[in-house]
Amino acid sequence: MQKVRIISRLDIKGPNVVKGIHLEGLRIMGKPEEFARHYYEDGADELFFQDTVASLYDRNSLHDIISRTAKKIFIPLTVGGGLRSIDDIRAVLRAGADKVSINTAAIKDPSFIHEAALHFGSSTIVVAIEAIKQRDGKYLAYMDNGREETGLEVVEWAKKVEQLGAGEIVITSVDREGTGEGFDVELTRMVSEAVTIPVIAHGGAGSTADIKEVIEGAKVDAVAIASILHYGTIREQSLQGSYASEGNTTFMKSGRDYTKITPLTLREIKSELSRQGIPIRIN
Amino acid sequence: MSKVVIVDYQLGNLFSVKQALENIGLVVEVSSDPASLPGAAAVVLPGVGAFGDAMKNLNDTGMSDALRGYIAEGKPFMGVCLGLQLLFTESEEFGSSKGLNVLPGTVKRFANHEDSKGNIVRVPQIAWNEIYPDGRDWSVTPFQSLNPNEHMYFVHSFFVEPQESGVTLSKTQYHDKEYTSSVLKENIFACQFHPEKSGNKGLSIYKNWASLNNLI
Repeated sequence: MQKVRIISRLDIKGPNVVKGIHLEGLRIMGKPEEFARHYYEDGADELFFQDTVASLYDRNSLHDIISRTAKKIFIPLTVGGGLRSIDDIRAVLRAGADKVSINTAAIKDPSFIHEAALHFGSSTIVVAIEAIKQRDGKYLAYMDNGREETGLEVVEWAKKVEQLGAGEIVITSVDREGTGEGFDVELTRMVSEAVTIPVIAHGGAGSTADIKEVIEGAKVDAVAIASILHYGTIREQSLQGSYASEGNTTFMKSGRDYTKITPLTLREIKSELSRQGIPIRIN
Repeated sequence: MSKVVIVDYQLGNLFSVKQALENIGLVVEVSSDPASLPGAAAVVLPGVGAFGDAMKNLNDTGMSDALRGYIAEGKPFMGVCLGLQLLFTESEEFGSSKGLNVLPGTVKRFANHEDSKGNIVRVPQIAWNEIYPDGRDWSVTPFQSLNPNEHMYFVHSFFVEPQESGVTLSKTQYHDKEYTSSVLKENIFACQFHPEKSGNKGLSIYKNWASLNNLI
């Protein structure tokens, strides 16, 4: 069986790594370069940077963070948020990104996916789908970080995205994102079975068992995780009394929130998955 | 110090290849000018994207002839990803496109039907996958510091089928398909995976290549 990638996702707002719930209520965690460096050294298979507010301002502001990161980190970097044009994509690729993730611009103009794939190759173009489950059980795609409804049905949209030339899909369950309640395996499986391009599961990881469940249940190629690692990092750093104490971490230390998330390091997660028979790269 | 030229033909991420080469202490020039090749101590041809577009750009700028001439002189050459595929005779992408034809062979697409275990073969392959020797000893090659079955990062829909079996340096398995993941023939070294995206083990490939060619 092919190795499953474990991707560290870094949501960025301004100069900071942030983390919220349902893509909202962002809290500052610390400096992107330091988190990135830590995850690289800890065995991340890929890093995924998302500019969380870019869509609102129609621009991606991660160029400096990416170019500083790419000088020292030699694993794939995917960058998303506010990418609207071929020139926008070229600029982040020139800054050192290997792949770009697009959502809002693809929904507003699906031909943008095709155009981008022609310019940069399918394998450079990741389409992000942010899904919210409706009362009738249907999943609809949203844009602007889960803020705006599009009326697009998720599986139909995933198929269309593949036809248009996307090289990969990241499927986010907005309902689960940041909650630690586990992935929406049903949603992820529907998307994974509908397409023949790689699929990344995102949103809801609270434990290694959750990650195992979505890999086995939805047959995804990759899993993107954030909170579980950030809290793991802060746990480690606060033990050492170093930089992350700058972040707003009192909410964590209070012990009231996020009880469903087990703070873990990448190394702990990967070795546990491997021990349980999931094909994982151990380095 | 002598400089290494990275060929820029407007496709793919040259930045990371440049960072990797600089990281191991090389002086790098990114150039789309064929006139930069004769003075180069070594040439790297990277690239991600479409074979046909790449060849068109290389032909239009006169870079194709310059590359063939450079390689024929026996000077150190390294290809990465599309830069491996372009060395071959032709690609079956969108009908057929002619390559540099430095190595005889064809470039084919992974078939994305189910494998023998019923799993979907997803194309492109975007994965860390293992490279292993195929009958050739890795000592005194750019892989001299690697263990067999080391993981490298791959992003590709197409793979090469060399006609000369002796050129294959490593193979890799994607679902049921075993294919050539790197070649080494005299001064020509090229790999399908991205050493510049494969962590410290990947960087050591650039380092070994540079040191075997007396660049560092």
